[in-house]
Amino acid sequence: MAEYKKDPKKNTIAALVSNKSGVLTRISGLFARRGYNIESLSVCATEDPELSRMTIVLIGDEYMLYQMIKQMDKLDDVKKIGCADELDCVYRELLLVKVPATAETRSQIVEIKEIYKAKVVDLSPDTMILELTGIPTKLDAFLKVIEPYGIIEMQRTGVTVLARGRHTLKDRDCYGDNI
Amino acid sequence: MKMKGAEILINCLLEQGVDTIFGYPGGTVLDIYDALYRNGKINHILTAHEQGAAHAADGYARVTGKTGVCFATSGPGATNLVTGIATAYMDSIPMVAITGNVGLSLLGRDSFQEIDICGITMPITKHNFIVKDVKDLAETVRKAFYLAGSGRKGPVLVDILKNVQNDECEYTPAKPEVYKPLPVSKQKVAAATEAIKQSKKPLIIAGGGIISANASPLLKKLYESQDCPVAYTLMGKGCVPDSDPHCLGMIGMHGTVAAAKALTQADTIIALGTRFSDRVALNRDMFAKNKTVIHIDIDNAEIDKNVRSDIHVMGDLYEALTTILPELERADRHEWLGFCKKNKDEEKLKKDTNFLAYKIISTASEMAPKDIPVVTDVGQHQMWTAQHFHVNKPRLFCSSGGLGTMGYGMGAAIGACFGTGKPAVLVTGDGCFNMNMNELSTAVTQGTPIAILLMDNGVLGMVRQWQKIFYGRRFSQTTLEKKTDYVKFAESFGAKGLRIENESQVQGVLKEAFDYIAKGEGPVLVDCRISPDENVLPMIKPGMTYDTQLLKMEEN
Repeated sequence: MAEYKKDPKKNTIAALVSNKSGVLTRISGLFARRGYNIESLSVCATEDPELSRMTIVLIGDEYMLYQMIKQMDKLDDVKKIGCADELDCVYRELLLVKVPATAETRSQIVEIKEIYKAKVVDLSPDTMILELTGIPTKLDAFLKVIEPYGIIEMQRTGVTVLARGRHTLKDRDCYGDNI
Repeated sequence: MKMKGAEILINCLLEQGVDTIFGYPGGTVLDIYDALYRNGKINHILTAHEQGAAHAADGYARVTGKTGVCFATSGPGATNLVTGIATAYMDSIPMVAITGNVGLSLLGRDSFQEIDICGITMPITKHNFIVKDVKDLAETVRKAFYLAGSGRKGPVLVDILKNVQNDECEYTPAKPEVYKPLPVSKQKVAAATEAIKQSKKPLIIAGGGIISANASPLLKKLYESQDCPVAYTLMGKGCVPDSDPHCLGMIGMHGTVAAAKALTQADTIIALGTRFSDRVALNRDMFAKNKTVIHIDIDNAEIDKNVRSDIHVMGDLYEALTTILPELERADRHEWLGFCKKNKDEEKLKKDTNFLAYKIISTASEMAPKDIPVVTDVGQHQMWTAQHFHVNKPRLFCSSGGLGTMGYGMGAAIGACFGTGKPAVLVTGDGCFNMNMNELSTAVTQGTPIAILLMDNGVLGMVRQWQKIFYGRRFSQTTLEKKTDYVKFAESFGAKGLRIENESQVQGVLKEAFDYIAKGEGPVLVDCRISPDENVLPMIKPGMTYDTQLLKMEEN
C-alpha cells in the first residue's frame, strides 16, 4: 500500500462555496478542529452571485491535505473543491507595503521596485506605499530586499489561483479518484 | 394555502412521515407547540430534560432507521440538546433537532434566552440552519431531513426565529426528496473482488455502516459464500447474529479473544462501514500491518483516515455489496473458518463466568422477550452487555459508541420503545443512571415498558478499572458513596423496584421484571448490587497491538 508523503509542503486548495454568511466560520472551524493552520485564505464572490470562491493555503503533509479536502467536501456549503497544481494554474498574490522613505532612501527604493515591477501607490514626505502583484515567492523575495529599509506595515491578500486553459473548477466532476 | 410558519413546520414534518417527537416547550417555541396541539396528528413525548429528548430521538432513529426529531426552546433548551446531538453525530444517527430562537428584532442583542445555537452546534451537526424568513422555512425543513437521512447520516439542527413561526406565507405541500445513493465505481469493485478471491484468510469487520445501510442480509450472503469469519464493532452489534457460527463477536479494546486471534492471523481485512476508531484499531499503524485492507465506506473522508487501505470502495454498503456479490464465486475456506470457530469454542470454555454482572446479563439475554431493543449506557456494563447479551437482529442494540455519553441510556430506551412499540431492556450503571435518572419519570408517565438493569457497584467501574491498571489503585473521585435506595427511588417515581443481591435471586427477579414489562404498563428498575471490583476483560491497552490482549487484570 502506498504511504502518504510525510514531508510538509505548501498546498493550495481551491473551492467554490455558497455565498452566504456563516460559510467562512464553518470552513475555518473545520481547520481549527482538526488542528490544522490556515497559512493564507482569500475569498470573494464570483460571477455567479450564489457562489464564493475560496483559495486556502496550508502547510502540511499529504495526509493532512487529503483529509482537509475530503472533510471540506462533506460540507453542504462546499460545492466544488480541488487541489491546485503549480504546473497547471496561475497563482497571484497582491502585496501592499509601507516603508519609510526619506530623501536619501527614496531613490534606492524606487530602483528596487523598478526591478520587481512594483508600483508606488502613495507617497508622503517620509513614507511610501508599494504595490506588487505576483507569485508568492516573488513577493517573498521583494520583501527580503525591502526589509532593510524598515517595514512600517504590510498586508498580503493571500494567494488566488485559476487553472490555465479551458479547465475550470466548476466543471470538475469530483476530486475523488484523483487524489 | 396561506399558513403561519409554525403550521408550515408541522405540515412539513407530516410530509416527512414524522409521527413521534420528543421535546420540551418554552418561550420561543410556544407557536410551534400551539400548532402541534391544534394539528393533533403527531405524538409528542414530553421529557424531563431536553437532553433526554435528544437521546430519545436518537434511540428512536437507531431502532427504526427513520430520522428522529426533537424540539427545544431557545437558550438553555437548545444548549441542553448539545450532548444528544453530539452523540448522534459521532454515531452517524439521522436526527433533526428543531429549536426556537428570539424574534428578529431581538436577535443579536443578548436577549432573554437567546443563544447562537448554530454557532454552538456547527462542529457536531452535518449542517445547521437559522431560519429568519418564513418564506425559507418549508424548503429548509425539507433540506434538513434530506441531509440527515442521506449519505453518511447524522444530525441537522434548524433554529427558527419566533417571528418566523408567527409570520404567514403560502404553503405548497411537497413529497420528500428520495435519496439515491451514487453508484459505486466498477473498477474499485473489481479490485476488491479480486483481492477477496486471492485471500486465504479474510476477516470481515462489520461496523455501524451495515446497519445504517440495512445491508445485513447482503453481509450474510458475503460471509456465507466466502466461508469468512465476521467480527463486529460496538456500532455493528446486531448486523450479524451473535448466534451465527461465522460470528466471532466484538472486536476492539474489549473484544473477544476469537476476534483478536482472527485479526492477528488474517491476511485480508474486509472493513465494511467502519472507521477504525482508536477503540478498534488501537494502534493504527500496526493494526493492519502486512495485511491487505479492503475498506468500503460511504464517507470518503474515512478512507485512509486512521488505517491505510489497499483497496477502497466509496459508497453505500447496500449498493456496494449488491455490486460485489454477483462477482464472487463460492469459496471454500473451511480450514480458516474452522480455526476461527475452534478459537471461539475454546474461549467459551475458558470464559470467566463467575461474577454476578455476567450472570445477570447473560441470564437476561436468555430470558428477555425475543427481538426487543437492548440499550446501554457507557462503561463496564456497556462492554459486558456488548460481550454477553446476544443480539440477533440489526437495529436492536443502542449504545453511545463514538462519544461515550454517560446518561444516554434512559432517554434512548424511551425512544427505542416508542420506535419499536415493544418493551426494551436498559443496562445501565449507577454512575450513568444518576446523570439522567429524571427520565424515569417520563417512562412512568408514558407507561413505557423498560426493564432497567442497574449495575450498582457504588463506583465508576470503568474509570476505577483504569485507575487499577494505570494509576496504582488511587481511586480518585470514583467511589460514589451515594446513599440512594434505588428500589425506593423507583417506587417514588411510580415505577416498580426490584433488587438482586446474589446469584440465587437472578432468575426469579429477572423473570418478575420481564413479566412486568410484558404487560406494557411501565418501567421496572432492578437494582443489581454487584461488586465494585468486577472488571471488563479481555482488554487491550490503548495504543497496543492485538497480540497483547490481557485476559486477566494486570495492575500497576
